[in-house]
Amino acid sequence: MAYDYEKSIRPGKLPHIWCPGCGHGIVMKGLIRAMDTCELDRNNTAIVSGIGCASRLPGYLDACTLHTAHGRAAAFATGVKMAKPEMTVICCGGDGDGTAIGGNHFIHACRRNINMTYVIMNNFIYGMTGGQFSPCTPTGMKASTTPYGNPDPVFDISKLAIGAGATFVARTTAAHPREIDKLIAQGIKHNGMSIIEVLDDCPTSYGRRNKFRSVVDMMKRLKKDAVPAKAAAKMTPEQLEGKFLTGVLYHDNEKAEYTEQYAALIKRVQEGA
Amino acid sequence: MTRTLLTGNGAAAWGMRLARADYLPAFPITPQTEIIETVASWINRNEIECRMTTLESEHSMLTAAGAAAATGVRVFSATSSQGLLYGMEMLYTVAGWRAPLVLVNVSRGLAAPITLEPDHNDILAARDCGALQIHCATCQEVLDSILLAYRLAEDWRVRLPVIVNLDGFYLSFTREPVQIPEAAAVNRFLPPFDSGNLCFRASAPTSQAVAVLGGGPYSYFRYQAYLAAMNALGVFEEIGQEFRKQFGRSYDLLDTYHCDDADILFVMLGSFATKAREAVDHLRASGQAVGLVRPRLLRPFPKMALQRVLAGKQGVAVIDQNLSPGGGFLYTELATALYDQSTAKPLLVNFIGGLGGRDISREEFFEIAAETRRAVTAGTAPLPRLLFTAAELREVRKLQAIAGSRREPPRREP
Ligand SMILES: Cc1ncc(C[n+]2csc(CCOP(=O)(O)OP(=O)(O)O)c2C)c(N)n1
Ligand code: SF4
Repeated sequence: MAYDYEKSIRPGKLPHIWCPGCGHGIVMKGLIRAMDTCELDRNNTAIVSGIGCASRLPGYLDACTLHTAHGRAAAFATGVKMAKPEMTVICCGGDGDGTAIGGNHFIHACRRNINMTYVIMNNFIYGMTGGQFSPCTPTGMKASTTPYGNPDPVFDISKLAIGAGATFVARTTAAHPREIDKLIAQGIKHNGMSIIEVLDDCPTSYGRRNKFRSVVDMMKRLKKDAVPAKAAAKMTPEQLEGKFLTGVLYHDNEKAEYTEQYAALIKRVQEGA
Repeated sequence: MTRTLLTGNGAAAWGMRLARADYLPAFPITPQTEIIETVASWINRNEIECRMTTLESEHSMLTAAGAAAATGVRVFSATSSQGLLYGMEMLYTVAGWRAPLVLVNVSRGLAAPITLEPDHNDILAARDCGALQIHCATCQEVLDSILLAYRLAEDWRVRLPVIVNLDGFYLSFTREPVQIPEAAAVNRFLPPFDSGNLCFRASAPTSQAVAVLGGGPYSYFRYQAYLAAMNALGVFEEIGQEFRKQFGRSYDLLDTYHCDDADILFVMLGSFATKAREAVDHLRASGQAVGLVRPRLLRPFPKMALQRVLAGKQGVAVIDQNLSPGGGFLYTELATALYDQSTAKPLLVNFIGGLGGRDISREEFFEIAAETRRAVTAGTAPLPRLLFTAAELREVRKLQAIAGSRREPPRREP
């Protein structure tokens, strides 16, 4: 029987704005399945986003959703989590939203290790505004603002998250839909900052410009370049050239979670007084 | 001179091109993006000499813009809405540096709720930052205003950033016939930027933007910037006349239409005023003495010019495409401007319309005129009135049902 996604969609919100073939829809389905796996209570789940095509995602879901300002998702989510630590907080957004204009909030949320799950949809471009390069546009690839190929070095979102202090970091792609929900579910269950980077596709603003013939072409490319972290351990640097790792990249259960640490501090100070 | 069809965004790009800006820091945002894309394509084809960088936000974009202007080069940039607000911290700073640059703002309503369509709350939020503001109603005016803006910004008596505003969608994406002036004529009107002491020169280090502790120096420099802004009123009139001599189009502080013999005036900003103009024609045809005033320069506020046109009028309908606690911005500003006159003041009636791109229909302008006349007869002005229909309320109720919103105040137990 087909999976029942309908029950998690806010009635009257469809059709969505995404272009045919856009990877964000695949991620939304993955998120719905993960929320089901974790048996999340809709009334107690906040899903927060910034601005961009990816950030439209929460608006379609039947939960407590908040569509905010460009780049600010992590800051809003922090506010929600601090005010209501008992809520499950999920952040959604694009690579531009999370690492360009919102890069500051992103790294600081990681540093604090506050318990939330940030699903960052990396389609290598600013999709919504028509395909300008983002900090994640691979060097050499074309964007409307880099007609000769992007000269800038890129952010590796997962590495950035690990470096900044997130305690659960995983990566997958829209071409691995079944891994998306598994990793998001692990992230939700993890007590701390979880970053789930999903490499997906923007056929409209990235694919066409970079001579991908079709969405299938883009998916094949994601599949071809993905190397499961476990398999990578047995590969040489030459074999890994141009590839990226998928699966759980980092998991630390030791580092204190921010809201718990905060509550403990209040308790300690009050008892000490 | 070439006559061609251009969008408001296209006209803005042409303004930048003719002004020969040296540097363009950019960040995309709808509905402005077309401006930077147009300029980028010219740079790409080697048609203009300009350096462009795409920053990671408007905050860094305006920082780079101000810093570049402070080194003495001619700078252009463009933004919209949330972007203008995000860069706001730097607008104050750059104005304080007295670094002249021209920023185009393509007006768009502010969140929340999130919208893409125009109103003036974004640009009016920048009213106190020290940057000057020119508001445009047509694509021709956009191009010409950018040239005027550079003259104004770079004038020795002013030396401040200038924001040129055009309405998103209604003007940014509407094609109108535009005369593109000859480059040679523009060069005569707008010579290369003489930055004077505003420069970074290895042989002559100066320290810029130093901190001042204690209110004295701070007050001095802020007041100096204020006086410079006020100078812009006279300077604008001067360069407007020069512009007319050079190009044949005239730009005064105010755009007035059928004001002389009118007893009722509409006052409003931007491209929606062209709708008011059309309504004035209809009202005149039916025998009503109605006119229209559209301030071009909004910062500094052309107080004396407004006092002069409004003198002797019975009623003034101030149509604000923005909303602030206390009423519309233009309404409160105009009321202040008229206060210190000894002669009889017209009755001001405030209407809030065109928020988030909502249209203002011809019939609504008729109703505005009628309501203003009723207020004049009654001798008192009603509270600011929102233009809003029953059909619109029904649409809102549908959206609220989908969002599941429950915003009723908590019920008190009896
Ligand atoms: C302060 C501010 N600046 C700029 C914008 C314009 N803007 C909207 S979405 C976007 C980029 C979106 O890219 P990304 O986050 O990667 O998401 P995608 O659309 O690719 O899913 C930009 C620059 C904005 N909304 N607010
Ligand atoms: S522009 Fe790109 S990211 Fe946006 S909906 Fe279309 S395909 Fe998706």
